[in-house]
Amino acid sequence: MEVNNSSVEHLPQLSKRFGHLRKITERPGPFCHANFSASPENLEFLSTTCKILIIGAGGLGCELLKDVALMGFNDIHVIDMDTIELSNLNRQFLFRKNDIGFSKAERAAAFINARVPTCHVTPHFCKIQDYGEEFYRQFHIIICGLDSVVARRWINGMVLSLVKYDDDGSIEQESVIPIIDGGTEGFKGNARIIIPGLSACIDCTLDLFPPQVTYPLCTLANTPRLPEHCIEYVRVIQWEKENPFKAPLDGDDPQHILWIYEKSLERASQFNISGLSYRLVQGVIKHIIPAVASTNAVIAAACATEAFKVATNCYEFLNNYMVFNDGDGIYTYTYAAERKPDCLACSNIPRSVSIEDPNTTTLEDLIKQLCEDQEFQMKSPGLTTLIDGKSKTLYMSTVKSIEERTKCNLTCSLGELGLKDGQEIMVADPTTPNTIIIKLKYNTNEVEMK
Amino acid sequence: MSSPSPKSPELSEKDKKYDRQIRLWGEHGQRLLETANVCLINASALGSEILKGVVLPGIGGFTIVDGRIVTEEDVGSDFFLDTQSIGQSKAKCCKELLQELNPDVRGDYVDESVESLLESRPDFFTTFKIVVATSLSEKTLIALSKLLWERQVPFFYCRSLGMFGSIRLQIKEHRIVESHPDSRQSDLRLENPFPTLKQHLDATNLTPKVPWLVVLYKYLQKWIEKHNGKFPRTYQDKEELRIMIREGMTADEENYEEAIRAVNSSFGGGKPPTALQNIFDDKSCNELNKNCNPFWIIVRAVRDFIQSENNGYLPLAGVLPDMTADTESYINLQNVYRQQAMQDADNIFRRTQQLLRSLGLEEDLIQEEDVHLFCREVSGLAVFRGTKISDEYEKSYKSVHIAQELRSPGSLIEHYVALRAFERFQTELGHTPGECNVETDTAKLKSVASKILSEWGIAETLSDDLVHEICRFGGAEIHSVSAFVGGCAAHEIIKIITEQYKPVNNTFIYNAITSESACFKL
Repeated sequence: MEVNNSSVEHLPQLSKRFGHLRKITERPGPFCHANFSASPENLEFLSTTCKILIIGAGGLGCELLKDVALMGFNDIHVIDMDTIELSNLNRQFLFRKNDIGFSKAERAAAFINARVPTCHVTPHFCKIQDYGEEFYRQFHIIICGLDSVVARRWINGMVLSLVKYDDDGSIEQESVIPIIDGGTEGFKGNARIIIPGLSACIDCTLDLFPPQVTYPLCTLANTPRLPEHCIEYVRVIQWEKENPFKAPLDGDDPQHILWIYEKSLERASQFNISGLSYRLVQGVIKHIIPAVASTNAVIAAACATEAFKVATNCYEFLNNYMVFNDGDGIYTYTYAAERKPDCLACSNIPRSVSIEDPNTTTLEDLIKQLCEDQEFQMKSPGLTTLIDGKSKTLYMSTVKSIEERTKCNLTCSLGELGLKDGQEIMVADPTTPNTIIIKLKYNTNEVEMK
Repeated sequence: MSSPSPKSPELSEKDKKYDRQIRLWGEHGQRLLETANVCLINASALGSEILKGVVLPGIGGFTIVDGRIVTEEDVGSDFFLDTQSIGQSKAKCCKELLQELNPDVRGDYVDESVESLLESRPDFFTTFKIVVATSLSEKTLIALSKLLWERQVPFFYCRSLGMFGSIRLQIKEHRIVESHPDSRQSDLRLENPFPTLKQHLDATNLTPKVPWLVVLYKYLQKWIEKHNGKFPRTYQDKEELRIMIREGMTADEENYEEAIRAVNSSFGGGKPPTALQNIFDDKSCNELNKNCNPFWIIVRAVRDFIQSENNGYLPLAGVLPDMTADTESYINLQNVYRQQAMQDADNIFRRTQQLLRSLGLEEDLIQEEDVHLFCREVSGLAVFRGTKISDEYEKSYKSVHIAQELRSPGSLIEHYVALRAFERFQTELGHTPGECNVETDTAKLKSVASKILSEWGIAETLSDDLVHEICRFGGAEIHSVSAFVGGCAAHEIIKIITEQYKPVNNTFIYNAITSESACFKL
């Protein structure tokens, strides 16, 4: 987008432009936070000092950028690894058709910078995992507009790892970066604030994320009843077998989707199953979540309001979770989500993993448990432990050479691997930048009572 | 390896662009949206955010009415104005930057105040599917409310003041076929199986491969026999049925387990719920006429079908939940339900055609597919009858509800009264409370609020803190508050246009200080 140079000459004064905000920031009021002092310094802090990071430049991210820019924030960073697609345009309002294929972060930043000349948005076209502590440490507030649980957990873990403790174990306030997290699905959404180390974090409330729907393999193969069963059969079994394009399945490749659609249709008609449509095939293959402009606008706005409260102290911020649903009327509900005393991410207590029998439980079983258990929901855990004072990698899938060397362990029982009751295992997983410690707890000594 | 067929089922470009929302309101909802036009009275951050929420999903067209000039302050809170807009027509600038969002949408503007337009061309407002307004004076709000009520144009009045916001919907009658309830109870007719279902279930042998429905049916028969024709109603009855099923298990058959779990939720469907019964009892259903909405003709046909032909049972929805079973026995059972549903719908369709003929109306006014959809959704039908905003401004306004609400601590009805007092203040004193002097205006606003409450015969008063806070805002419009309220209002507009999902009934209040909201029926 072009910036008209002549506009700079009549660039309005900050004071006039933000006349609305100044009523809130420069006047004392009966509902203000106890630490609030009405003063022009509040707005000055927002425009000269406060640094805010928006994670995600999608449905929520576009709204968030607009909102924080008009709430007086000036130094704004945005990070997103994605490029713009046609199906984004019904809600990601900073993008147009000719932006398709370009970086969301870069286009969004350029749009905001052109429209709101008082603020400066810095784009980062990359993954959140490409940056480390040095990068994240520079921000006063982080707002997440993500659709991925893994990414949320990762940033949660990152910000938790930035928290520093005094010698007496109390938290150093300056090291705490509040995370404001928004999420939407259809007409439902939520906004929450996490004060790392002080209030419930993403992992404390993992049970809020429903596990993904999966179908038993035998249903897919032998007794399909729903169109979804046919689609999943083609995706899981037929694609592997026939490998039609000599490439892994790409949900964004229309040829691939078309192949799945045709094969699923064949299978559905073979079993007299009706209701299979192209849109359904796409939905199942790409795990599409319905999305609409209005819900994203509402949730982003709620997040921006909270960011403004945190940055100016003007009101007490949300404690700490708001649920929104406008499918039937308009409904909101706020409550204080509670910390989990043995949270994987924000407590230092190693989580126990119960093992029925170490002689029959294999390492693969343990890994499966870490992935499927609602409390862990890991993606591809890598496991290391200390045996006789020496570090031993039990399994790791991310590095090919290690994977090959350690995959023989998968079928070994925990006993065979020399793991004892109470053994601590260090787990690395994409859901966190940190190492998680779990503790094996064997149940074999329990005698079954008849 | 198969090559893609020449005739691709791939979605059109438009379908792709709107894919994520079509998954919510369907292609028929999208079509309604694309043919609707909406009028925004008074551009503002709130107004722009409302329009953004309908322009992005592809509304047919919008028109902005505003006679004002853009100020620097406007640009600071409204994203759809830029520095170049300052000094120009607000309606024009806003229209341009909003239309730029979506080339599918027609944008228009009238650079004139609502007051002068109401005077010179009141009919102008009745050409729209929906009218939405922000920052009106009391007098204009009342006039507009009366006009649009009379002419049956749905009307939204939205406010954003400091950290508070509100949405008020005025609509005479709104009918919803697809209310999209969060959870749907399946209508299985196990206690009163229709003949083909009974035949099918009686002829099916119990094996580990049949759907749980067959298992439950067979054991239900045994239970009924044992209890002299009685149906299981109480918890104990159901527990006994569960035990019977469990005792019948030989191995741990999945379908038996599922049947045991289903005992609690599988009975009792098929009768009209209270809300639907009220619709059947409605005057509009009983007194059809040439000008009535086709909705009522279908309702009448459904009611007649239920009463005269179906023993008080609803037309069958024909939706069978998934059950562990082999493909054939599940699909066969599913077909029994679907065929009966089809037959019920056809019957009702014929009834609608008769009704249309007897009313002297064209038969194509109601399509077969409309009736099928209607029957599938029948248990969730909803009719919404609203009230007129101008009534709230009558001296005789019945405000029992408000009085009651005011007595419960923390109720957001207080904010409604405060917003009303804010407007009355402007009418009576000619300026915005707290614009310049918070302290003196707080005292004045307090007495304005007390006057309103005493007019309503309410002894309660507003809290001093709330009155003070309203004055502190000094008429400020906070962007994130407008974006929140605007997003909500946009979706309410879409609900009315698509005739899907239940709208707010009828006043929504938002407090961004506490992140709370509430709805009231005024």
